[in-house]
Amino acid sequence: MTNESWELLSNRAVAACGAVYFLALLAHLVQWAGLRSLPAEEQVTSGRVAMAGRLGVLLTVLAAGIHFVSLVARGLAADPVRVPWGNMYEFTLAGTFMVVLLYLVFMRRFRLEWMGPVVVGLVLTLLMVAVIWLYEPVAPLTEALYSYWLVIHVVSAIIATAAFTLGGICSVLYLLKERSKAERGYLARLPDLVSLDRVSYRMHAFAFPVWTFAVLITGPIWAHEAWASYWNWDPKEVWAFITWVVYAAYLHARATAGWKGRNAAIVALVGLATLWFNFIGINYFSSTSQHSYAAPAEIEPTSAKVM
Amino acid sequence: MSDTGGRDRQAPAMTSDMTARELGRWAWRQLTSMRTALVLLLLLALASIPGSVVPQEDVDSIGVSRWKDAHPKLTPVYERLDLFSVYDSPWFSAIYLLLMVSLVGCILPRTAVYWRALRSRPPTAPRNLSRLPEHATYTTSDADGDVLERAATELRRRRYRVVVGDDFVSAEKGYLREAGNLVFHISVLVVLVGFAIGGLFGFKGGVIVIEGQGFSNDLTQYDDFVPGSLFNAEDLEPFNFTVDDFELEWLTEGPRAGMARNFVSTLDYQETPAAPMKSYDLRVNHPLKIGSTEVFLIGHGYAPVITVRDGNGDVARSGPVIFLPTDTTFQSFGVVPAKDAQPAPIALEGEFFPTFALGDGMPRSIFGDLGDPLLSMFVYTGDLGSGAAGESVYVLDKTDADQVMKADGQPFRLDMREGDTVELPDGLGTVTFEGVERWNKVQISRTPGKLVALTGVVLALVGLLGSLYVRPRRVWVRTRHSDDGAGVGETVVDLGALDRSNGGDPERGEQELAAIMGSLQHRRDAK
Repeated sequence: MTNESWELLSNRAVAACGAVYFLALLAHLVQWAGLRSLPAEEQVTSGRVAMAGRLGVLLTVLAAGIHFVSLVARGLAADPVRVPWGNMYEFTLAGTFMVVLLYLVFMRRFRLEWMGPVVVGLVLTLLMVAVIWLYEPVAPLTEALYSYWLVIHVVSAIIATAAFTLGGICSVLYLLKERSKAERGYLARLPDLVSLDRVSYRMHAFAFPVWTFAVLITGPIWAHEAWASYWNWDPKEVWAFITWVVYAAYLHARATAGWKGRNAAIVALVGLATLWFNFIGINYFSSTSQHSYAAPAEIEPTSAKVM
Repeated sequence: MSDTGGRDRQAPAMTSDMTARELGRWAWRQLTSMRTALVLLLLLALASIPGSVVPQEDVDSIGVSRWKDAHPKLTPVYERLDLFSVYDSPWFSAIYLLLMVSLVGCILPRTAVYWRALRSRPPTAPRNLSRLPEHATYTTSDADGDVLERAATELRRRRYRVVVGDDFVSAEKGYLREAGNLVFHISVLVVLVGFAIGGLFGFKGGVIVIEGQGFSNDLTQYDDFVPGSLFNAEDLEPFNFTVDDFELEWLTEGPRAGMARNFVSTLDYQETPAAPMKSYDLRVNHPLKIGSTEVFLIGHGYAPVITVRDGNGDVARSGPVIFLPTDTTFQSFGVVPAKDAQPAPIALEGEFFPTFALGDGMPRSIFGDLGDPLLSMFVYTGDLGSGAAGESVYVLDKTDADQVMKADGQPFRLDMREGDTVELPDGLGTVTFEGVERWNKVQISRTPGKLVALTGVVLALVGLLGSLYVRPRRVWVRTRHSDDGAGVGETVVDLGALDRSNGGDPERGEQELAAIMGSLQHRRDAK
């Protein structure tokens, strides 16, 4: 297959997985609409409603498979062949895939079935944003990105981002449920506040060491090789550091008595905001960041940095 | 990540009649309290933000001067607040130094507490185990001793530290959590030490070397040089290298057409003047290491070869001149002073276009490679500056210079292709564009302490994993003879457990307790 046909395959796979995610979302909506009419305590394990829930998960698995195909094809479409996270479109594609993958992997362990509609809805939205606004044709990367650290550094950043996002979803739901007095419906059927808080904590406790690895170990090692200095106070680095500090504060605050639940959830969401701002804001608004992938790297006039 | 089991050290309120000693104690308590550490952490995050918004002197000095030109009113305020060098500023330093003090104040007492905990025995079983969040009870005909002995064996198998009492067994595990906690906090200090060593003893220098020319590691040879505050110039390693060849590949099609890649600069180098000559292919991401110094390829550009002959026909200047690129098409800017020219000094200033084209009526370059190289320069004469040290070779001081004009009063401009020679007006001389050479920008730096910092971060990660995933637990087994419920000679066995990790999942704890109870009962059945 030629590069063009790989790229076409990738684009079609993105469209296809979007469609399947949409069906999965529909199935989950049918499930939760059915659950609405029942008291929150009543567990449903058989019948049409439970069936719709299982179908939703099944369709999500199928969509994730197609999503993966789109990533592989995207990598194979590049010349030379590379990992598919060289620009914002590809990063969003890979990041959303990781969100779904972690959701599916953790589903059994943490009983995450209730997260289905939120995760699928979020991923579907982000994929649409990626396709509509972020799409870029497959292109070779700038020289500094050709390094095996691209694999290690970015994949760990993607895993951490996905897990922080899942943790953030738990925190948002925590805050909503805390305010809600509903006796039926989605919020009422969520796990109790203590469990939500715990799941949120465990997502963050998983993500934080991975983020530390991505931002404070592989990042500096690569920066040292590519830019001759392991810490440059580049805006992207600064914000990655800010995110790290906020999540460190989150874990610190949780360990201290009295900072569980609501306050912890708010700190976690502040962390998530800095994380996403780093991805979106710095790429679009910072002209000095060497991490700017939104546009082909510009050169600082009269300086000789042109690689 | 202080996990003191909820024992936040509360600082007492300040009262008006305190002695200096009491005040000191009070301040220390305040500073090392957990809440202060938390506030300082969030403050550090907040304080980092301006540096990512306002251009920084160390990162982007051109951006700083451009910003200052654009905001003349805000500039003095920003300068006052050190906003152009946030990460060296007193207020930023104050935050992280306070954080460090707070950290030390946290580590020291906790190490002592941990040391005592390591050497002490698991605490005696509470009287009423059913009050614990995890508990279970069963009745058996086994003797007390047998039950406790089996419980001790089972708990040891589960890697608990076990103490057997008269009618109870106490067990504890997960000591590594607090160890991980302490390692993490200490590692943060190690990272800072590594960072500081780099800042104090390291250096970072840049030099532009034209293909075919050489560099020897001496202060005078650098274009820019930023030493650490304790750096000693005698520590520069005496290596030298020559840029033998520079190759790159231009993309002519696809979405990134015009981008260059596969930069390879072939260096011939000697580690010391007496050492044998070696060769190295210097590429992006592949620095050359010589001793503890590293050489990085960070840029490239063109150096047109220009010969200036003065009015007398003597060569006033000849050779390649470094032009600095101003955009991705490698349109480049440069100056060619020939101050010793007779009868009058000559200087050229202008642009080099690797692939010349007229776009929208403006001369410009459309591609970075040498497609149709054109040199376009204005000519100056008169007072061209003193040539004193500190004057940039890339800027022409035109304050007292006279621009050379054509007869019609328009500025005289040289537009030359390779091989052209143009005669200057007023018998000033001639200029010849001989050809084009390439240059490489090389960064040479030494970062001592980088391995210290790396070790620190890796240790921090290991400690972090310990402090997040090791689950400190206490388990107790107690036997009693109850009057109610149990028959004569029957033993009631109470089990209880306490999970001391926060956010641990209770199910796993309950499962473990059930498994322990199961194994105690199971052996009874097997008997």
